Amino acid sequence: MITTFSEKLIGRTLLIVATLFTILPILSMFSASLEPADSTPLGLSFPTNPQWGNYKTAFSGGHVLELMKSSIFIVLLVVPTTLLFSTLAGYAIGKMKIRGHSALFFFFLLGLTIPFESLIVPLYYQVDRLGLLNSQLAIVFPLIALFMPFSVFWMRAHFLRIPSEISEAAKVDGASEFQEFRRIHMPLAIPSISALAVIIFIWTWNQFILGVVLIDDPLKRTVAGALTFFQGQYWISIPLISASALIIIMPSLILFLIFQRKFISALLQGAIKA
Amino acid sequence: MKRNNLTGAVISLPAISIYSLFVIYPLISAFRYSFTKWDGIGAKTFVGLGNYTQIFQSPELVASIRNSLSLIVFFSVFPIFFGLLLANFIVRIRKQRIRSITQVILFFPQILPLAASGIAWSWMYAKNGLVNQFLKAIGLEKLAQPWLAGFSTALPAVGIIGAWVLTGFCSVLLATGISKIDSSLYEAARIDGANWWTEFRNVTIPGLRQEISVLITVTTIAALSSFDIIYVTTLGGPGSSTLVPGISIYRLAFTQSAVGLASAFGIVLMLIVLLIIVPIQFYSRKGE
Repeated sequence: MITTFSEKLIGRTLLIVATLFTILPILSMFSASLEPADSTPLGLSFPTNPQWGNYKTAFSGGHVLELMKSSIFIVLLVVPTTLLFSTLAGYAIGKMKIRGHSALFFFFLLGLTIPFESLIVPLYYQVDRLGLLNSQLAIVFPLIALFMPFSVFWMRAHFLRIPSEISEAAKVDGASEFQEFRRIHMPLAIPSISALAVIIFIWTWNQFILGVVLIDDPLKRTVAGALTFFQGQYWISIPLISASALIIIMPSLILFLIFQRKFISALLQGAIKA
Repeated sequence: MKRNNLTGAVISLPAISIYSLFVIYPLISAFRYSFTKWDGIGAKTFVGLGNYTQIFQSPELVASIRNSLSLIVFFSVFPIFFGLLLANFIVRIRKQRIRSITQVILFFPQILPLAASGIAWSWMYAKNGLVNQFLKAIGLEKLAQPWLAGFSTALPAVGIIGAWVLTGFCSVLLATGISKIDSSLYEAARIDGANWWTEFRNVTIPGLRQEISVLITVTTIAALSSFDIIYVTTLGGPGSSTLVPGISIYRLAFTQSAVGLASAFGIVLMLIVLLIIVPIQFYSRKGE
């Protein structure tokens, strides 16, 4: 690709403007978070007297520890269950091609484009009848179910890509269906499953609407759903809201920076497959 | 083969059951509720298609649909347009390190909870926020205003949040797409004396057909289900200027006790999504 000087200049300028535009809201929040809690800060200012104590106030006042625990509890139930159920169903549909596998696939496909908004009303009454309203399980079951279409789709696509010679070779060696799955297909599926894990983790961690509707107590929601709690509690103090919001995004930000390549490729693939 | 089918059915059962119980069953309930008048507690009265006609006669609910369609401009058109432009320049960055840093920064809003982005931007748009600070700094003090509180500025302001979240995602996805295009096509274009614009139009865009149709689908769904951002920034206000279906459904069901109407609106939202997605998918598959 040959690039002329003017193209280069335009390109550089555009990219710099775009990256600045991306960072500024977070930077502005960071600068506000260091101003005195009872002040009205300015959009972006150099903190001459940084108030790191705001983070301490936000951390304890916002019950962040309790919140993180709740989020981790939800993630630990949702992510492994989703992976297990979808791997098994994906295997039956994509690899074993059981009778009616196309119909089954279509059945899951139905759910792929349903917006969460369309289901919150009936889910509320259903979860209420089950006696789960306001508990973390209120969002755990619907989340696993709502992630099923995408996850089954994802795992089916993986098993379709595995050449059938591999299983035939295993059959010749006298392996049972279970042995074939455990010894051959599970190891081969690890990259697909771990990419799916990243996607489901992000979707669960950032889940908002189900928490807001199904759990009254923000401290039992996932962290994203709890952001409304900070808004309610600190609505007058922009420094404290900013500090809380930054604390909330810190874990996913750190994970993202560590596993950036995995995150990006997983989420991109996720989009293409959906 | 028969035993195989049985094993397959057994191992699919967990996925089928939970999906049936918590997606298909509520979907059927939504349809059932949508034909009734129900306050959530008392008895349901059958009203036929009454709720559906009411949606299209209520100025507020029609505004809600119209707003979410307008948001498509900000959530889909802007991000894909700027994404294409940026992607085109990203792939030209020679130094691998700089290229990946650029992509990581651009991509990063995608991993944030939308609610957190909403909070960050509420602060950007506030009276003392960065947007107004910037306008004052360049001498446009007259334009400074609380953006999310104005009837005519709130919707575009919320839309820009969506554009902020999605532009980086689009550009990184498209950059990956461009790097898969056969480089001999570019060389041929250069030999024919094409400048970057003609090259962009005749080589890059056609090569990205599949990526673009994916992005239209994903970003349109994001625009139509923008509950999170609106909930933390404007809650639909001022007036109904930023009302979107998600917020309307929430308010109808949980503050106005119009459960039947809320369910019908949920069904309408689902149909709007399908109406937009199915033709795009059909068109992009046909080309293959």
